[in-house]
Amino acid sequence: MTDETIVLEGRPVVDGYIEAEAIVTDETISGWGGVDPEHGTIIEMRHDLHGESFTDKVLVFRGAKGSSGWSSVFHTTRLADTAPAAMIYEETTTKVALGAVVTRVPAVTDLDEDPTEIIDSGDLVAVDGDEGIVTITKRAGSGDGDVPE
Amino acid sequence: MELDPDERAMLNGEEGPAKQVAMDLLIRYAEALDADRLISTDNVAGVPGAVNEFLENYYGGESTSHDEIFSRYDLDSDRVVDVPDTEAGATRLQGKVEPKHWDELGTDQKNAELDRISEEFAADHDVEVLKTCTPYHAGNLPSYGEHCAWMESSAVVFINSVLGARTNVEGRESTSAAMLTGKIPDWGLHRDENRYGTHRIEVDVPVDDIMNWGMLGYFVGKHIQEDIPVLIGDYGSPSRVEHKHFGASAATSGGIELYHVVGETPEAETEASAFGPNEPEDVYRYDKEARREVYDELNAVGDDRDIDFVMLGCPHYSIEQVREASRLLEGNELDEDVELWLFASRKVRDQAEQEGHADVIRAAGGKMMTDTCSSMSQAVPPETDVVALDSAKQVHYLPAIMDVEAWFGSTEDVIDAAISGSWDGERP
Repeated sequence: MTDETIVLEGRPVVDGYIEAEAIVTDETISGWGGVDPEHGTIIEMRHDLHGESFTDKVLVFRGAKGSSGWSSVFHTTRLADTAPAAMIYEETTTKVALGAVVTRVPAVTDLDEDPTEIIDSGDLVAVDGDEGIVTITKRAGSGDGDVPE
Repeated sequence: MELDPDERAMLNGEEGPAKQVAMDLLIRYAEALDADRLISTDNVAGVPGAVNEFLENYYGGESTSHDEIFSRYDLDSDRVVDVPDTEAGATRLQGKVEPKHWDELGTDQKNAELDRISEEFAADHDVEVLKTCTPYHAGNLPSYGEHCAWMESSAVVFINSVLGARTNVEGRESTSAAMLTGKIPDWGLHRDENRYGTHRIEVDVPVDDIMNWGMLGYFVGKHIQEDIPVLIGDYGSPSRVEHKHFGASAATSGGIELYHVVGETPEAETEASAFGPNEPEDVYRYDKEARREVYDELNAVGDDRDIDFVMLGCPHYSIEQVREASRLLEGNELDEDVELWLFASRKVRDQAEQEGHADVIRAAGGKMMTDTCSSMSQAVPPETDVVALDSAKQVHYLPAIMDVEAWFGSTEDVIDAAISGSWDGERP
């Protein structure tokens, strides 16, 4: 099976270029009380990523919610070496914008399609935070709503 | 981005290195938001220089200066700068440490000491140390239309919606930079066009206490997420405390930063003025069934009815709430297996001491605390398995943070549970 590649264009938020595996949620993420920054995991009960780690992955999510400690939590993941490799989000808020800035990982938003619908967990994603371009290589079997093992 | 001459001077270092790195951070942040400019503010609420053991160790242990932590963490700067006094009016919000009962909350001496040093650092830089999530119960009441830069989602939604002040939900780094520069990105809720309602909420059941306003807020946040709800219907005239619980919940289940209550809040004299040029994107109805769903969701992690702990004061209690707790506890004693902690600002606590309510609460076996709460300090009494809470926000957070079961109900429900030792809240 040949790998399918999709390119999305958006607005650069934080500079830098990285390629990594995606972890995707179409839900918003609560920072303080929703993320354990020393382990880089989602701890919010009933969240569809509950218990999963975003460390060194491209975190694709709808946006930020909850406490104003959002930026501090992600800032702390940078210090604890548990930060995501990059951030791609759909909805801009002060929480997620400041969080992306202080996490200092490549970040892109305002893509021409909703990234949480196009990207599946397990896809290989290249994030160009200078140009605002996201290149997705679908992992075989990751489309059609299949959840990769 | 356009910069005013004073902003450019700061960025160029003409006002010293601290303002230079603060301005650099604000510009990176404004660009991430796609903002065109900055705006002046003289009312900033944050946690400047707050430090815990993790941060201190990360930045080099005990020899680390507070300026280093403030520079590298608060201002996200790669160089260490001398930190001047705050330029803008500034408030220090709540923290993780209880100043008198820290030992009982399981805080070690090291972190208690670090918290005291952080507080001194703030005070030394002319920051008002209110140490509360409710500055508006402790003397900081922004005026209508005032541009602010506040952290603490429950306080942000309160001052936007109830007072008509203007702030986005800021973070630690943006508020610390705003304190030094008196600037914040002119984006989001600072701008007229972004303050109109987007969704209509029809309230079809009576909503008349903090439990019900909390549930309604949880419903609204869950459905509306980051947009601006306009409430219309059967809600009577909410008190400031009811507004506080509504907003805190709506900012927890979603990201509500501003709401309008037609006929009640200052930017919603009429439904038409609340929506302005917007057509409602959607309409949600809050009826008995919706209320029951929210109640069940908030009580989903309650199973054992044998209560160990009651926490009051999320957000920090007002003096009216302390008075009510004291009235409910007067002449009673807590069940021998239950602890009750009540959190308020230092100012409200001092008033409660002067008015005698604190003595009544202590006589029943409760404890008066300040500065933090169970979720913030990650503290419940030893052996706590089941808690009872009158705050939808706290019941959302605490079970995940402390791995406990939790019940949600009215203030009366939870105080009754503290006295009897068992949960008897009624499902609406």
